[in-house]
Amino acid sequence: MGFIAGLFMVFTFFVPHAVGTRGSEMLLEWARIIGAFALILGLASLFRTHWDKIRRRQAQWGYSVVTLASFAFMVWAGIIYGTGEGPVGQRLVTVKSGALFEWLFNNVQVPLDATMFALLAFFIASAAYRTFRARNFEAVLLIIAAIIIMLGRVPMAELLHLPHGEAIDTRMPQIYEWIMQFPAVAGKRGILFGVALGAIATSLRIMLGIERSHLGG
Amino acid sequence: MEDILNRLQAIDRRWLYLVIFAAVLVPFLSGLKLPAGVPSPATTGVYDYIERLPSGSVILLSVDYSPASLAELEPMAKAVVRHAFARGHRVIALALFPEGAMMINRILDEVVPEMDKTYATDYVNAGFKPGRVAVILGMGKDIIGVFEDTDAQGNALSKMPVMAGVKSYKDIDLLINFAAGNIPFAWITYAHEQYQQQVGVGVTAVMATDLYPFWKSGQLVGVINGLKGAAEYENLIQKPGWGAAGMSSQSIAHLLIIVFIILGNIGYFLVRRRP
Amino acid sequence: MPEIQPGTQLVFLGLSLDPQVLGLWVQALLTFAILSFLWGDNPIYKFAEHVFVGISAGYGAVIVWQQAVLLLLVFKLWPQLSTKADAGADYWVIIPGVLGLLMLTRFLPKYDWLSRYPIAFTVGLYAGAAIAPTAQAYLLKQMGATMLPLIGASETSWPVALSSLVVLVGVICTLTYFYFSRPHEGMLGVSSKIGIWFLMVAFGAGFGNTVMARISLLIGRVEFLLYDWLPAWWPGAGL
Repeated sequence: MGFIAGLFMVFTFFVPHAVGTRGSEMLLEWARIIGAFALILGLASLFRTHWDKIRRRQAQWGYSVVTLASFAFMVWAGIIYGTGEGPVGQRLVTVKSGALFEWLFNNVQVPLDATMFALLAFFIASAAYRTFRARNFEAVLLIIAAIIIMLGRVPMAELLHLPHGEAIDTRMPQIYEWIMQFPAVAGKRGILFGVALGAIATSLRIMLGIERSHLGG
Repeated sequence: MEDILNRLQAIDRRWLYLVIFAAVLVPFLSGLKLPAGVPSPATTGVYDYIERLPSGSVILLSVDYSPASLAELEPMAKAVVRHAFARGHRVIALALFPEGAMMINRILDEVVPEMDKTYATDYVNAGFKPGRVAVILGMGKDIIGVFEDTDAQGNALSKMPVMAGVKSYKDIDLLINFAAGNIPFAWITYAHEQYQQQVGVGVTAVMATDLYPFWKSGQLVGVINGLKGAAEYENLIQKPGWGAAGMSSQSIAHLLIIVFIILGNIGYFLVRRRP
Repeated sequence: MPEIQPGTQLVFLGLSLDPQVLGLWVQALLTFAILSFLWGDNPIYKFAEHVFVGISAGYGAVIVWQQAVLLLLVFKLWPQLSTKADAGADYWVIIPGVLGLLMLTRFLPKYDWLSRYPIAFTVGLYAGAAIAPTAQAYLLKQMGATMLPLIGASETSWPVALSSLVVLVGVICTLTYFYFSRPHEGMLGVSSKIGIWFLMVAFGAGFGNTVMARISLLIGRVEFLLYDWLPAWWPGAGL
């Protein structure tokens, strides 16, 4: 079944025929709807995990209550409370999020999400000190490249060369640009080719039915 | 000496955390201001393209990041929108990830009042559209159809002046993707390769190395790289914002990390030398 | 910040609160709750983490409901519910709707094989759509960009031509590194070694950029604390 759909898509790329086009549009819309159900599946799965935890009173089930309560509150705020105007049934089918929903997003979700990722700054600093070791020539290359990039990405490097008598030394950013545009690009391109060949091979295998891991075997 | 070295090697992480926090905090408190510096050609690629477009061109923004990457991407997004508005371009905002919808609100809520632009006439927020690749491909034929003729708040797109004449990629002059994940590759692969849409990106620094090959090959008009890229763009439009503000902390922190690497390695080699 | 109009006050337990100021305090407290993880895992952090999971899942649910379920399915089947009541019903969507529901059979162990159909359809469709553009974007265009500058070498200055040569050599050597069908000896050994060097430079550049990205995120939080939260309650703290 996947073969037919995939073949159709390849066909439509090369032959922009009217019927083929409309057919591919329709198929893509179907994929969007199914994709939306995949998202729903993910949410339901999350719900079930925490619900089970509470039901069976597993370790730290109290936190699962927090998760489900937050989830329920957010859904209520967005879909049922919505804009706060009109009958509830009307709000349920309105594509409009209300002020409460936005407030919750901006004042609860944003700081939590942003700070969780900000923690990474601390971890990378710690890793730089504790684990980034120049054990061999290749590691030295990596470290030197990293240091040049770090210096090249901040204006400070331009000030560091002031004692040499130049107004603003642009050498650091120039070295940075050269490394980014040439050797780094070369390395990344090598990887890109590998990735692309792999992706194309996998796509063909999926369409021919050889690759079935996505179906759960 | 050896005891000190060993203790330094095994130092409690939390001291390192404290130092890096101080490195970021102190420059703000001390009011240290650093010059913006020479903009990277990758950043000017995007700037020049927007600058050269005739006034009234259509720019589509795909805002595809979550609050996690807010600090890096919001300043550059705001700067780009300011630039587009200043040039009189029409701005259509789209999100392929759910959180992007709110991120668009944050950008527009700050920039629009400054520049006196009207919703539906000068710009529109189409909101989140599910389907990612399906959306990207669908836009090649019928944008309003793929958007289900609905913006983020349920209004009809087909009735808006800003969408007049915008049927597919042929009518979009530049597409800029602000992203923290892999979606720029999808824009390049489908929108650019299949429909010859010009694409520019503004990405977190993590992604920049991966996207440079595409800028070098001409598949991207430019790459705005992280907070420094934001500072560069702000400098180009001569309106410093949070990008420029963060540069002093960024500099001190970078220098500190370099010191960490060097110190860590010195300690490592000295300890290793002992039989 | 996109919020309730300034001036509207919330009345809660007899206290009058400005939603904006309340919001700033909530943001700050949650920020500190997450930062407390640096000291060590603790209940405050765990609480904040679980709130985050719940709220972001809830957010996703609401947005998917509005922009996917309503727009793509419900309004198509019952247009009278939407704002465009005059549009005709589109019954084709029943097919993907049913396929989508089949996906939910994953929860029923006896019937979960049914969920393979929608997955096969979607994956197959995207796989087919990907082949030609991927080949063009990643392979053809990138190869072209690697080789082109040398062909027009007479028009470019020699430093640029030299750099382009570096790229060409780099790409070839990197590719030889990934060729594992033969042992890396002799010529192949030399070129794959050079390939590793290019990879190391690329990864080093990636790491340097990653450091920059992570630090920027922390800078963002510090800016919030200093410029949004502090001035709201510490008089004279407007830096």
